[in-house]
Amino acid sequence: METLDPRIQRLDLKKLADGETHTNSHLVTYEVFHQEKRGKQPTHVGIVHASTPEIALMYAKEQYSRRGKTANLWVVKTSEVYTFASEDEDVFETTPEKTFRDPAFYKVRDRIEAYRLKNNQ
Amino acid sequence: MNTQVEDPEKLAAFEDRIARGEKIEPNDWMPAEYRKQLIRMIEQHAHSEIVGALPEGTWITRAPNFRRKLALIAKVQDEIGHGQLLYSAAETLGKTREQMLEDLINGKSKYSNVFNYPAKTWADIAVIGFLVDGAAIVNQVINSKGSYGPYCRALERICYEESFHLKQGHDNVVYLATGTPKQRAILQDAINRWYRPLLHFFGPSDKASVHSEKLMKWKIKLASNDDMRNQFLDQYVPKILELGLTFPDPNLRKNDDGIWEFSDPNWDEFFEVIKGNGPCNAERIAVRKYAEEAGRWVRQALLNPSDKYVTPLA
Repeated sequence: METLDPRIQRLDLKKLADGETHTNSHLVTYEVFHQEKRGKQPTHVGIVHASTPEIALMYAKEQYSRRGKTANLWVVKTSEVYTFASEDEDVFETTPEKTFRDPAFYKVRDRIEAYRLKNNQ
Repeated sequence: MNTQVEDPEKLAAFEDRIARGEKIEPNDWMPAEYRKQLIRMIEQHAHSEIVGALPEGTWITRAPNFRRKLALIAKVQDEIGHGQLLYSAAETLGKTREQMLEDLINGKSKYSNVFNYPAKTWADIAVIGFLVDGAAIVNQVINSKGSYGPYCRALERICYEESFHLKQGHDNVVYLATGTPKQRAILQDAINRWYRPLLHFFGPSDKASVHSEKLMKWKIKLASNDDMRNQFLDQYVPKILELGLTFPDPNLRKNDDGIWEFSDPNWDEFFEVIKGNGPCNAERIAVRKYAEEAGRWVRQALLNPSDKYVTPLA
């Protein structure tokens, strides 16, 4: 093969290019969590493919901590993560309606002012 | 386009969700055609990152100094990382990474045509880093506003890293342009050779395509090829001209309405390269195949036979 690249000239491309390819077996995936600094919550950033947690951590380091600050990385096998079915999203629908859980729900200033007015304070 | 009939109620809910600006996540209901088009697009994007690193990777050993070598190593590592991120995003749609790598080698899936051209001199590395990455960023920034959550998240991370590629590419171009006459000459030669592939980069005009209309409605495609090309020319042509360099096209100019005009870039050549007849198609695939074959024993040694694969979550 004609090539301009010295590295490629050194490869014995012909030999292997004539062989047949085989689909690889799948490596499982690990979900990766990145913690920026001590004290911060680790955040999900993506996945890596690996056969062991140790290799997953090594790939996670290459893939998700090339820039900026990192305190730690966590990896969890995808199959070990449990989630709600996406069509069950409606179970969370009424939460924003529960305003009695919010501090802003409790407003007493009007009542205090009315009381003071009534009692000439 | 696929004519499979989808449940009209689900389809309407899906399209409403996209119209409201919500993201679609892997386990949500989606039309089969949406899934298919996204897999095709994200997979092609992933392959482009991997194959795009090949011509650059071979220049690492020939970088002109240590600083340039460090930057190029970092850039090439980023590109491979971007490929991994994109394969992961496509994988959430149900096609495995291994199948995608297989389809790259057997020619079933494509990658960007621009990577089927050779990097003859160091100036090509400068032009690729500045203009090819610049064109890719135009495309990626637009696509990051799309409807599929995992793809958008991957693109945000990619764009953040690509901005370094662009800056180091510009730095490289400026150093050559302001250097010796020989340095300027190889740079001008590289620009002349990359001009046409860069015009091809965004694909042929697609304004009137029905296909595009549906992809736009589903926010898989967010701008026409012509609009993206125009945005690219607008941003990058002045940055080359200000260095006293030229483009090999007497008809390249910006009209009063902001639209760039240029000579016909020979779309027949574009389609020939897609078919596999570009200057480097065979070499790129052969190198990728070599890596696959030569690295197999390592992957097999790592394999844990009791592991059960499940599709990643996000």
